[in-house]
Amino acid sequence: MTTDSPISAGDARLETNGRSAHQIKPEGFKPPKATHRTQHVLPGFHASLGITLTYLSLIVLLPLVALVLRPWEAGLDGFIRTVTDERVLKALQLSFTTAFWAAVVNLFAGLIVAWVLTRYEFPGKKIIDAIVDLPFALPTAVAGVSLSSLYAPNGWVGSLFDPMGIKIAYTPIGIFIALVFIGLPFVVRSVQPVLAEFDAEVEEAALTLGATPMQTAIRVILPSLAPALITGFSLAFARAVGEYGSVIFIAGNMPYISEISPLLIVIKLEEFDYAGAASVAIAMLALSFTILLVTNFVQVLLSRRGRA
Amino acid sequence: MSLTVQNITKSFSDFAALDNVSFEAHSGEFLALLGPSGSGKTTLLRLLAGLDQPDSGSVTFEGEDYLALNARERRIGMVFQSYALFRHMTVEQNIAFGLNVRPSKDRPSKAEIKAKVQSLLKLIQLEDLGKRFPSQLSGGQRQRVALARALAISPRILLLDEPFGALDALVRKDLRRWLRRIHDETGVTTIFVTHDQEEALDLADRVVVLKDGQIEQIGKPLELYRKPASSFVFDFLGTNNQVTATVSGAEAKFDGFTAPAVVSGELTGPQVVRFRPFDAHLSKDGPGFKGKVLSILPAGANLRLELQSEDGTVFETQHAHDSDASDLALNDTVYVKPIKVYVFGN
Repeated sequence: MTTDSPISAGDARLETNGRSAHQIKPEGFKPPKATHRTQHVLPGFHASLGITLTYLSLIVLLPLVALVLRPWEAGLDGFIRTVTDERVLKALQLSFTTAFWAAVVNLFAGLIVAWVLTRYEFPGKKIIDAIVDLPFALPTAVAGVSLSSLYAPNGWVGSLFDPMGIKIAYTPIGIFIALVFIGLPFVVRSVQPVLAEFDAEVEEAALTLGATPMQTAIRVILPSLAPALITGFSLAFARAVGEYGSVIFIAGNMPYISEISPLLIVIKLEEFDYAGAASVAIAMLALSFTILLVTNFVQVLLSRRGRA
Repeated sequence: MSLTVQNITKSFSDFAALDNVSFEAHSGEFLALLGPSGSGKTTLLRLLAGLDQPDSGSVTFEGEDYLALNARERRIGMVFQSYALFRHMTVEQNIAFGLNVRPSKDRPSKAEIKAKVQSLLKLIQLEDLGKRFPSQLSGGQRQRVALARALAISPRILLLDEPFGALDALVRKDLRRWLRRIHDETGVTTIFVTHDQEEALDLADRVVVLKDGQIEQIGKPLELYRKPASSFVFDFLGTNNQVTATVSGAEAKFDGFTAPAVVSGELTGPQVVRFRPFDAHLSKDGPGFKGKVLSILPAGANLRLELQSEDGTVFETQHAHDSDASDLALNDTVYVKPIKVYVFGN
């Protein structure tokens, strides 16, 4: 009978009878030394941080610095004159308001699309899921051309509205539609994974407690989606503010009416007014940055709730 | 005033999760559904809650057809294994949820809801933590909040799915005692699912033992222990030792000695018989099965020994710390004599 190993194990147990198990240390065992380095799970913290900072500086910060330095060629006066010019103000207003309302529409539409795609099974679901990414994948110019031909007074949709005296293409409405189009995937793709991972038991708990499906959706599911919705909203908004390709085809680009700020920058560049272009750019940058900062702040507040 | 489950059958694609299950829970009773994983106990609980529908059978509560009601209308308090608390709500908001979602004509006033929440917080002993979020609580505290939330709707039946599954041993024991007290105070009919036989036997008035979607036995804890209906119940309720013997009447005959036998049904001749670790007598020179001491496990209320017989069978026996068995050392030779054996036909 080969009982050698159980016996020796048993012996150790008998000898140490009365002592707690953690006092027994095998021969030659050394606990790892606790240094601050061992606290980092990922190796090479210093190297990776260094690479991150260098990369960010080169790719993101450097162009921004160049941009910030540019407009002062014309002096502070020049900068103020440019950004208070009525045409610039109108363009900024147009860009930011249409982008905002397009993002708002996408917030709701994207939520519904994400809901349908995660909650229900139906034929063609995979195809619809793929279609969501199209605005993302399509070259913006292609989107612009197809949208403007569709909404032009002689296009499929445009011809329906034209008799009623409503013009879609070559007006701010057209810009709005283009921005809705390109913003949709951002909300859907931000919300979808969160919704898919939502704990079914939490929903069932609400059900057994007497909540209607509507109450469950509004009181239980939506609040936990809020951070993802805000992410989707700010992504869609940021993209819409900067959108150029698809908008210029459908916008008509009439100064004071349907001229977006990125286009104005291009126009100023074509006129060799580099300082003016940079001034408009800085105004856009400052506005975008402020808005993203606010949404980030709201998001932190929301996600801290119930997590801290 | 009771819940009656009759001939419930439920299949998932190709396997039968529940096969012709019938039992009754009396009013105010504390009932345990005990079984290994895959025995269908959670499926059964979900059917009772209305979260799943059976293929056939009936569920009635006080004569009312429960299957005709949806989960919302059954007014069943369900405590989930994962607690399923609402993360974005405070403890108070979680508890008040079931009252707040009622249609306005049935909804208690704000003050009434507040009072109810406070009394439940007191019941679960978390009065000071009402403003916290679930993530700021320990596992045991979350479990208690989940229970308070279920109790807030004054449920007709309380269902608990593995209520202590995710907690450590010390908290478990504490909560177990506490749950029993809550049950006795509220008097609500309670059904809980567990795979832990000790938990079921400690806590429940009656235990329903499930195996492969069928009921093996229903009985009071002591009945289950004293008169297990099948070898499965016997083996599931504790450690078992198996030997062969010749059974005649209420006696099992071994090589040179006999032992009284609890026989289920009419069984005679050579049979596999089972005995509990504490139904074993040790002696230095027989009669009994000759064995060598393989290991000595001194921790716990009893001294446990593992003995290996010459043919390789390992027996586990249990003895008082101050008995003669405590003088044994490893590799000593002893004789094990069962003093009571159980015989099952299946």
